[in-house]
Amino acid sequence: MSWDLKSDRPIYAQLIEQLELKICSGVYALGSKLPSVRDLAEEAAVNPNTMQRALVRLEEDGLLYTQRTSGRFITEDANMVIQIKDKIAREQIREFLEKMINLGFSRKDILSNITKILEEMRENEYDSRV
Amino acid sequence: MNMILECKNLTKSYGKKKALDNVSLNIAPGKIVGLLGPNGSGKSTLIKLCNELLTPTSGEILIGGKNPGIETKKIVSYLPERTYLNDWMKVSEIIYLFKDFYADFDLEKAYDMLKRLNINPTDKLKTLSKGTKEKVQLILVMSRKAQLYLLDEPIGGVDPAARDYILNTIIGNYSENSTVIISTHLISDIEKVLDDIIFLKEGQVVYTKTVDEIRDETGKSVDALFREVFKC
Repeated sequence: MSWDLKSDRPIYAQLIEQLELKICSGVYALGSKLPSVRDLAEEAAVNPNTMQRALVRLEEDGLLYTQRTSGRFITEDANMVIQIKDKIAREQIREFLEKMINLGFSRKDILSNITKILEEMRENEYDSRV
Repeated sequence: MNMILECKNLTKSYGKKKALDNVSLNIAPGKIVGLLGPNGSGKSTLIKLCNELLTPTSGEILIGGKNPGIETKKIVSYLPERTYLNDWMKVSEIIYLFKDFYADFDLEKAYDMLKRLNINPTDKLKTLSKGTKEKVQLILVMSRKAQLYLLDEPIGGVDPAARDYILNTIIGNYSENSTVIISTHLISDIEKVLDDIIFLKEGQVVYTKTVDEIRDETGKSVDALFREVFKC
């Protein structure tokens, strides 16, 4: 999974989001060691100081922890990951709903559209399997 | 903290024209700084003052606490806007010259970078394209373990893929003790790599902020803000 950074928002905030996403989606497994600041900065093509700040913040939030001599690790607390997944899902859904409401859809329309599209996606999956 | 670069009321005039007008700046170690501004705003003048290629009309400039001179050149690695290398030399000969000249030159690193950028060490400089010459020059500059790198337009002439490699080299080279100052117009290419931004306009500092401060306060990229501040 690559780093997708937009140019109009603070890099630091985007790094936090993307790291959370990578942890939740299992790119970095629970309890595993995180690459070094320098390697992460190179991979994301960002300033090492900015990457460092993002990591410190995730450490404060408890998603990462530092072992004094051996580096940074991902938390082993699965509940924490569930909470963050939940947070991300809420943000995404809110954003989506705001757009739909702006477009003039009613709550009922939104729900029926979602059901319809889910149905279509399931059929497509089925089609691609047979 | 000891500053790597300090300017106090620095002024440089060419005749009646003030290229730098009462500039005061402090730059800390461990930073990657973008020196940005339109043509003729004083970027190159500032960098040349750091290298003693120019002397201040008034005010003071200090590199690691010292006036620019022999001692500061040991810790400053400078990429000029124009090439000064001898055309008849081979790439390997120039590298040897640098190795001889600077105690902090890392030969292995230089050859490694040449290889990554597909440059043949036995080629004569004369036979290289403009962009490849610029790459060689940048390799020479980045192969030193300096405390202050002054890069005057380092990525202007090279292709986008090499640009990415160069930016990665700057990131990979990062250390808490060294500072990189990059002057450029290609802001969108480098802004993710920068800590701080210095905006120069007509010889004066109009802004010193971090990239994230700018994005946070204006909701714009540094590139977009530049276009707005310096709209023609």
